[in-house]
Amino acid sequence: MTITINHFLILSFLLFAIGFFGVLVRRNFLTVLMSIELMLNAVNINFIAFSRRLSDLTGQVFSVFVITIAAGEAAIGLALTISLFRQRKTLNVEEANTMKG
Amino acid sequence: MKVQATDWLLLSPELFLTAAGMILLASSVFVGKAKEELFGFLSVLMLGITGVLLVFVSTMPERAHGPILGGMFVVDNFALFFKFLVLLAMVLTVLASVRFVGEAPYPGGEYYALVVFSGVGMFFMASGSNLISIYVALELMALASYVLAGYFKGEIKSTEAALKYFILGAFSSAVLLYGLSLVYGLGGKMGLADLARLYTGTQRTNAIALGILMILAGLLFKIAAVPFHLWTPDVYEGSPTPVTAFFSVGPKVAAYAIFARIFYVAFPKFQADWGLIVALVAAATMIWGNLAALLQTNVKRMFAYSSIAHAGYALLGVLGFQTKFGMWGVLVYLLAYTLMNFGAFALIIFLEAKGYAAESVSDFDGLAKRNMPAAVVMLLFLLSLAGIPPTAGFIGKYYLFTAAMDAGYAWLAIIAVLASAVSLFYYFRIAAAMFFTDGVSAKIPVSYALTAAVIICAVGTLVIGVAPESVLDVLHRCVPSKY
Repeated sequence: MTITINHFLILSFLLFAIGFFGVLVRRNFLTVLMSIELMLNAVNINFIAFSRRLSDLTGQVFSVFVITIAAGEAAIGLALTISLFRQRKTLNVEEANTMKG
Repeated sequence: MKVQATDWLLLSPELFLTAAGMILLASSVFVGKAKEELFGFLSVLMLGITGVLLVFVSTMPERAHGPILGGMFVVDNFALFFKFLVLLAMVLTVLASVRFVGEAPYPGGEYYALVVFSGVGMFFMASGSNLISIYVALELMALASYVLAGYFKGEIKSTEAALKYFILGAFSSAVLLYGLSLVYGLGGKMGLADLARLYTGTQRTNAIALGILMILAGLLFKIAAVPFHLWTPDVYEGSPTPVTAFFSVGPKVAAYAIFARIFYVAFPKFQADWGLIVALVAAATMIWGNLAALLQTNVKRMFAYSSIAHAGYALLGVLGFQTKFGMWGVLVYLLAYTLMNFGAFALIIFLEAKGYAAESVSDFDGLAKRNMPAAVVMLLFLLSLAGIPPTAGFIGKYYLFTAAMDAGYAWLAIIAVLASAVSLFYYFRIAAAMFFTDGVSAKIPVSYALTAAVIICAVGTLVIGVAPESVLDVLHRCVPSKY
């Protein structure tokens, strides 16, 4: 069996879906952070698969930008993790609920 | 893919602002907490120089040559309008922050640097004409904003606001990005003008529709439209108030810039597909934003819902983008909204002196007796937000509602008028508290920087309301070009 672009697209769609529902369902902030990374990496697979298929380098350039930004996002996410843990002694997102309405 | 030397001159405001942010960040190491007001004045000075550079760029004839730096950015009138607007929002934010940040036990240099970096992102968003540059600019703005929301790191509410903003912001960016990857994958183009040539509307596949839908969802998150608004009240309530004021205008205005540019330049042929969705979202946003604001007792939350409702009004202009008043109305309204909404927040900050927070409506009790000018100016902003003449808000709404009528969305215009009527109730609750209720008689300390911000907003709101011709002609020239 040869691997076609459809295989990559299905893989990326599945990864994106796992990340998507991970953000919505998981309550641990670190898991949420990982789910967001999963979504971004699914996008990268998409870009690179398309780039290969179209013989166009722009897609790969974009994925390098996405990786860079994902690193920045992870840094801020981890900083928030520490800040949250210092105040609450927990990483459960649901317990961060002082504000309602 | 040619890069001319003048391309860099055209981007000089952004380059200068980036340098300014780094200088602020580096110098904060050497300046102690006691002399922090310096940063405020330094920031205002640097923003002033950026303004001069923007004026200089607007007179450059090279602007007419189209996209610069290999099609990454475009410096048309539309972009310049948004840059001036973002600059205005930044100046107001810095002015409103001087006392607030000075009283807080956190280093101030970082704060101003983050405001500047976030502003650089917005500048690039206004200019972006390629999916890559638009996405990177969006993230530059967003990453700086997440940190700003959590700037009061010792306060549980601020951390919580940053947490919610971060999770939902990153989530919506990822959705937007997946949409971008699909749009790219079907044609191999990233430039907005190339996409417009590629997608002439004949090839309506599910993949393109899904891609456009995901881009739409990601952008609606950023402008806080229903049903993507859930983060807004919490983030607005928890963030430090000057930051909330900044969030309510800056990122929203910049998100409108890319929203308008992507859907006006790249996908106008697909209006049949996204038009109905945007119309329903606009209706839901106006109705829910105003109804939920009625129930709030916390002023910051009330203004959060009010700003959601205002995002709904501005969507009317995007819907009617082919009509004369469509894009024009969006520009007029965003200018008016920036002035009046920031003005209202500036007065909340004014009341939020040490040990006296303007968090609930009852904090406005008897303001007229304590400080008559403040009460009168607040009334002006409330009238403008409700859309009552002769204020800027009325002119903006008039244009938007006309655009909706012209574009065949009469039902939407009717909903908009009814929703504005509902908004009168909660705006006048504050007005009634100020003029007809007795409150504490503590004296409110006056900050000159904050007063300057309030005066700028008040004068702008009145001038646009009383003599709109002065501004309307200029704005008409800023309607986006199709290049």
